[in-house]
Amino acid sequence: MQVRTAIRDAIAEEMRRDRSVFLMGEEVGRYNGAYKASQGLLDEFGEQRVIDTPITEYGFAGIGVGTALAGLRPIVEFMTFNFAMQAIDHIVNSAAKTLYMSGGAMHCPIVFRGPNGVPRGVAAQHSQCFAGWYAHVPGLKVVAPYTAMEAKCLLKAAIRDDNPVVFLEHEVLYGQQFEMRDDIRLLSKPSESVLMEGDPARRTGVYLSVHEDSSTGPTQQKNDCGELGKKSIELLPLDKAVIMRHGTDITITAFSISVMHAMEAAGILWEKHGISAEVINLISLRPIDRDTIVNSVMKTGRIINIEEGWSACGIGSEIISIVTETAFDYLDAEPVRITSADVPMPYSKQLEDLALPNVDMIVNRIARMCGRR
Amino acid sequence: MHSEEVLALFRKMVEARRFEEKAAELYTQGHIRGFCHLYIGQEAVIVGVAKNIKYLQESPLDSVITSYRDHAHMLTLGVDPRIIMAELCGKEAGCSKGKGGSMHMYSKPLNFYGGNGIVGAQVSIGTGLALAHKYNNDGGVALIFYGDGAANQGQVYESFNMAALWKLPAVYVLENNRYALGTSIPRAVAGNSLINRGDPFGIPTIIVDGMDVFDVIDKSREAIDYARSGNGPIILHMDTYRYRGHSMSDPGTYRPRSEIEQIKKERDPIVKIKSELLTTYNVSPEEIERIEEEAERLMKTAAEFAINAEEADVGQLETDIILS
Repeated sequence: MQVRTAIRDAIAEEMRRDRSVFLMGEEVGRYNGAYKASQGLLDEFGEQRVIDTPITEYGFAGIGVGTALAGLRPIVEFMTFNFAMQAIDHIVNSAAKTLYMSGGAMHCPIVFRGPNGVPRGVAAQHSQCFAGWYAHVPGLKVVAPYTAMEAKCLLKAAIRDDNPVVFLEHEVLYGQQFEMRDDIRLLSKPSESVLMEGDPARRTGVYLSVHEDSSTGPTQQKNDCGELGKKSIELLPLDKAVIMRHGTDITITAFSISVMHAMEAAGILWEKHGISAEVINLISLRPIDRDTIVNSVMKTGRIINIEEGWSACGIGSEIISIVTETAFDYLDAEPVRITSADVPMPYSKQLEDLALPNVDMIVNRIARMCGRR
Repeated sequence: MHSEEVLALFRKMVEARRFEEKAAELYTQGHIRGFCHLYIGQEAVIVGVAKNIKYLQESPLDSVITSYRDHAHMLTLGVDPRIIMAELCGKEAGCSKGKGGSMHMYSKPLNFYGGNGIVGAQVSIGTGLALAHKYNNDGGVALIFYGDGAANQGQVYESFNMAALWKLPAVYVLENNRYALGTSIPRAVAGNSLINRGDPFGIPTIIVDGMDVFDVIDKSREAIDYARSGNGPIILHMDTYRYRGHSMSDPGTYRPRSEIEQIKKERDPIVKIKSELLTTYNVSPEEIERIEEEAERLMKTAAEFAINAEEADVGQLETDIILS
C-alpha cells in the first residue's frame, strides 16, 4: 500500500466511525488533495465534512482550533508544513497552550497534518523540516511516520487523541509501497518485542503495544491495518519508537524519510564492514521515546542521528542531550548528528544533493565511529 | 422592558464596574501581577449583547469569545466573581487554577472560550465556533468580540472571507474604544473608519452606540437573529470608550485627560441607564443606591476571598499539559 492511500484510509475510517471528525484544508475536496491523500473523501462524505478552504492558513488553522474547542475533531491539512508557518501562532498559542491556560477546563483535539521536509527540486521556501520547531512546544504531540502501516495506524490514533497532534508526513514517501500485513505478528504481551519474519534484509521491526480499543466507539467497518490472525493492529501508540533492525555496534536514530537512508546504510555497514547497526525509527518527536534510545545506546555504546532538518537545536541535538545526560558512561564514541547543511535549501540538483544527508555519508561516518577507517 | 429587567441590566453593569475597580485596587496593592486590562466605560457592550444570548434550559446555546479584556465577559455570563478575582490573583481557587491569569479564563458550561492574549486570534477561533454551530446544526450563534486594534489583523479578514463564503452564524462584535493600546484610529486605520470593513465580503455592519445599553440590546438582537436565521455573518460596530489605560501599566499619555472627562460626563453608560431608571421607570434613588451597595459588597467579598485564597498549588506546575 502507498503511504498516501494509508493516510486516506485512516481519515475515511475515522470519519465513518465518528461524525465529529472532519477534514479541512486547501484542495482537500474537489481536487482530491494536492498529493491525493484525500482521494474520494468528498464523494463519500460531502462538502460539510470535507471542506475546501481558500489559501488562508492563519485563518483556517484558527477556525480549526475553534471547532476543536467546541467539541469537534478537525483534521487540518496544510498543503505543506512550509505554509503552516503562517499558522504556527494558532498551533502553538491557541492549540497547544489552551489546556494549560484553562487549568484543564478546555481541551483541543485537533490534528495538523501535511508533508514536511524536503520534497526535492523545489528550493528553499518549500524544503524545510519543522520537526524541531514543533517538538519544542509543550502541549503538542508530534509524530512522523515512515511506513504506510505507521501512517495509517498513527493517524487513526492521532485523530482519536484528545490533544493537538502535529502529524509530519513526507512528500517523497507518499508514493512508496509498503506491505501492510504480512510481516507483522501480534505481540502476546504489549511492549514486548517480536521479530519480523521472512524479511531478506533481516529487519527485526517491532510495533510495540498494540491497542485493542474497539470497544470505545462504533466499529461497524472492518479495519485492514496489519491484520494478524484473528486480531489486527488498528492504532499505534503516538509516543513509542520502533526498532527497525537490531544491532550491537551502533544505534542509528532517524524519523520519516531518514529511516529509509538509515536502513540502507545499516545493510551496507553489515555487508561491507561487519558493523551491526541498530536502527530506531523515532516516530514520536514529542515526547521522544527516551527509554528505547537509551536502552539501545547502553547496548551499542554509540549513537548517530540522521535528519533532514538543520543541526542547530534539531531533533538530533535533543537526542544527543538525552543520551549524554542519562547514558554518558556507556558511550564509546562521541555522539554524532548527520543533518542537512546549514544553508537554505538550494535549487540546483547538484547543490541540493550536497546539502542533504545521504547513505554514503552515513556509512562513512559510522565506519569511522566504529574505528574501521 | 419591565423595570425589573432594566434594574437587572443596571445591576450587571455596576457589578462589572465595581469588579474592575476592585481589580485595579488589588493590582496597585500587588495582589495581581503582569497584565490587567480593565473594561471600565465599555460595560454596556457585553451586558447588552449577553441579554440576547439564547438558552436551552439553563445552558447557553450560543458561544462567546473575546480578547484579553475579558473580566466583564466572564462576570456577565454568570461566573462567580470570587473565582474570577482568584484567577487574577493567581490562586488555586481561580477558574484556571491560577495558571491562566487575567487574560486566560474560560467556562465550558457557559460556552465561553476565553480570554485570548494574541490580538485578533479570537476572531479566527470564534469563526471556528460558528463553524461548529453550523456543522452540528444546533441553532447556536458565535458571538466574537474584538477591538479596533484587532481590526487591523490580517486573520480577521481571512475569517470574514470564510464566514461569508460558508454563511456561518457569526456575530462579530467590534468594540471600538478608539485606541489600540496608545494608537488612535486616525493613526492606525486608513480611511479613518472601521465601519466598512465588512463590505468587500458582503457582510453587513450595524452601527451601535456602545455606550447605550438599550441601543446595544436592540441592535445585537437584530444581528443575532440575522445570523441565527442562516443569513451568514454580521458585524456590530460598537462605538465605545475605555476610561482606564490599555492595561494597568499604561499611563495614558496619548490622549488628553479632558477627553476622558467629557465622555464620562456626556456618555457614561451607567449614568445613562441610571437616569432612565429614575425618570422613565420611576425607580427610587434608594433602590438604585441599594443595588450599588450590593455590588460594592459583592466585589469586596470577592477581593477578600481572592486575597485569602491558597496560592496556586505547586503540584499543578506540570499538570494540564497533555490529556492522557
